[in-house]
Amino acid sequence: MPTDVVMPQMGESIAEGTIVRWLRKVGDEVNRDEPLFEISTDKVDAEIPSPAAGVLTQVKVKEGETVPINSVVAVIGVRDTAAAEEPAPNPLPPSANVASAARVASPQPVKNPPTGPAAVRSGGSAEGGRVRSSPLVRRLAREHGIEVSQVTGSGLAGRVTKKDILAYIEHGPITALPTPVTATTKSPKPAPTFDADHATVAVPMTVMRQKIAEHMVASRRTSAHVHSIFEVDFSRVQRLRQAHNTLYEQSGAKLTLMPFIAKVVIDALRAMPIVNASVDGDQIIYKRDINLGIAVALDGGLVVPVIKNADEKNLLGLSRAIADLASRARAKQLGPAEVQEGTFTITNPGGLGAVFGLPIINQPQVAILGVGSLEKRPVVVNDAIAIRPIAYLTLGFDHRLIDGVVADQFVGHIKRGLEQFEAPIE
Amino acid sequence: MAKTTYLEAIRQGLAEEMASDDRVYAIGEDIGLYGGAFKVTEGLLNRFGAERVIDTPVSETAIIGAAIGSAYLGMRPVAELQFIDFVACCFNILTNFAAKSRYRWGAGVPLVVRGPCGGGVSGGPFHSANPEAHFLHTPGLKIVEPSTAYDAKGLIKAAIRDDDPVLFLEHKLLYRRVQDEVPEEDYVVPLGQAVVRRPGDDVTIVTFGAMTHTALDAANQLAERDVAIEVIDLRTLSPLDYETILQSVAKTNKVIVLHEAQRTGGIGAEIAAAIAERGFEHLDAPPVRLASLDTPVPYSPALEAAFRPSVEQIVAAVEHLVEY
Repeated sequence: MPTDVVMPQMGESIAEGTIVRWLRKVGDEVNRDEPLFEISTDKVDAEIPSPAAGVLTQVKVKEGETVPINSVVAVIGVRDTAAAEEPAPNPLPPSANVASAARVASPQPVKNPPTGPAAVRSGGSAEGGRVRSSPLVRRLAREHGIEVSQVTGSGLAGRVTKKDILAYIEHGPITALPTPVTATTKSPKPAPTFDADHATVAVPMTVMRQKIAEHMVASRRTSAHVHSIFEVDFSRVQRLRQAHNTLYEQSGAKLTLMPFIAKVVIDALRAMPIVNASVDGDQIIYKRDINLGIAVALDGGLVVPVIKNADEKNLLGLSRAIADLASRARAKQLGPAEVQEGTFTITNPGGLGAVFGLPIINQPQVAILGVGSLEKRPVVVNDAIAIRPIAYLTLGFDHRLIDGVVADQFVGHIKRGLEQFEAPIE
Repeated sequence: MAKTTYLEAIRQGLAEEMASDDRVYAIGEDIGLYGGAFKVTEGLLNRFGAERVIDTPVSETAIIGAAIGSAYLGMRPVAELQFIDFVACCFNILTNFAAKSRYRWGAGVPLVVRGPCGGGVSGGPFHSANPEAHFLHTPGLKIVEPSTAYDAKGLIKAAIRDDDPVLFLEHKLLYRRVQDEVPEEDYVVPLGQAVVRRPGDDVTIVTFGAMTHTALDAANQLAERDVAIEVIDLRTLSPLDYETILQSVAKTNKVIVLHEAQRTGGIGAEIAAAIAERGFEHLDAPPVRLASLDTPVPYSPALEAAFRPSVEQIVAAVEHLVEY
């Protein structure tokens, strides 16, 4: 039976979506969950997977068109009848094709693991569609948008091991397996071209650009923005980073400054709930959960993925979450839920050298932390001039709810937390 | 610094606490004139007198009962059991009375019950017990088992200063076989903190007591084959330091829990379950328990060697996990 492909609802407040690009043509065979088209919405750009396996028989919405959610944008038909009529003496599900060689060698792989490892160490290790792996491997696969079945297993009975998936993440598929979902091609932004007669050229904004414009102006209009700037000494954090980064790298994570900042921001939010709140008319809405947004720059835009319940994560967990969200944000693989319900945002204007920024609040939040560039600067320590790694932290806050004293206590909490960092590292 | 044995370190810690706090006293069978079955308390009678180094009749129940009573009156008793196997005689007053006292009426019992545990010396079924699992199930009771002389001294001092009952297990195999540098100045090793004895990336072994040394021997052998073992010495068995355990599992993704007590219902079961619950998504293989067989401890040296976990068994288990 043909399957309708609809414009998904990417978040509860979203009414419509724009099709940016079709990744498959009419007539193409598609697998279930294979990326079918790219969309752009108010909140997020995303690749939408095919809801079914079959042939793309109809495309109803052209690239660049915007349609309401749940509109049918395409139809997936069944594969042609010749394939359907194929005799099927093999009782195994069709997805087990890849492992057929392994299957011959070990008809009852669970009860009777083969002793000759060569028999099963090729082409994945699917058994009735299930691939032997481990909780760790499945988590890594999920975080990197990889199908475990695409990874060649080298463990017992062809199990996909940590080593296998880390190698896959680093080097990509070793054999000619289907391209992983992560390897999306980026469309380069063409520079505007001028002709001889015109000194200007009009280019339509992307949906993301329009929405950023809308949100930023609305935020300026809504909140009484005030900014407070603190100087923070990162000596201790730098020392801890250097001492522990190797350890983090060994477990596949990277210890940057951001997890440290995130950790102390979370502590400060827990200590001062008024900053983890929003304004609704004449009511203050306090938020139980600390959902930390971290702004990620994209080509021609910006997105703020959110670490939900960030206060439940330790430093390692935070560093993994930050790296994961940032890489998936850049690969346009964030789900709509991952950019919503943020309660506080950190942005990093120092990445390209800005000493500090004066960030605009991400509504309906009431504060935003900007992290300036980290540089060695001369500072006075015990009446002597010392060279210290210093960064300026800016808190942009909404004076409707937060007064200067509260804001400064909040940033003071962060400053102390970073200068005397104490949470467990490993 | 001079090398000090595990046994001597315990004696030093006990003597230092007795010297600095008049409320601390020792009580047990043959601990005075004879100096204790293993000579841990040798010399203390001469130094502190018969009122603070009390020889008792052969009744473990009487020793612990008197100790708890004196704790209620403000003393800080350190009770010795000649072999920790006989702590079973005191099960009721330790678990039902001492461990619950603070919970029931706010009266802490600052009691240390210490004694030699463990096998490997042909002690047989009555003199080789590792009873931690019997007491792990009792909230209100702390359990400690050092593996080095440094920790033995630091932990006995911390246990004596603790305001609640502590079961202090001294592995008899280590008494005179283990020695290391022990500072003269006052220090404690805080209760509830495990330590990484050897860092490594491939497989974590969580263990304690004499098995720490067996694990380190296995790790040395495996290092020659480029397999890096991380050895965690728990030091305190209740409360357990899950943070250290889970951090290590997050790094190595493979874990063996190794102990000398029998396997079924042992502390390894508890730790393995907690790792599965709290570290599931960090696991690249099932947690493995290595422990003694589910039988009484045999007398025969050959049988006892087969009964207790060995370096060979650890190496085989690690090899399986590496290949897994």
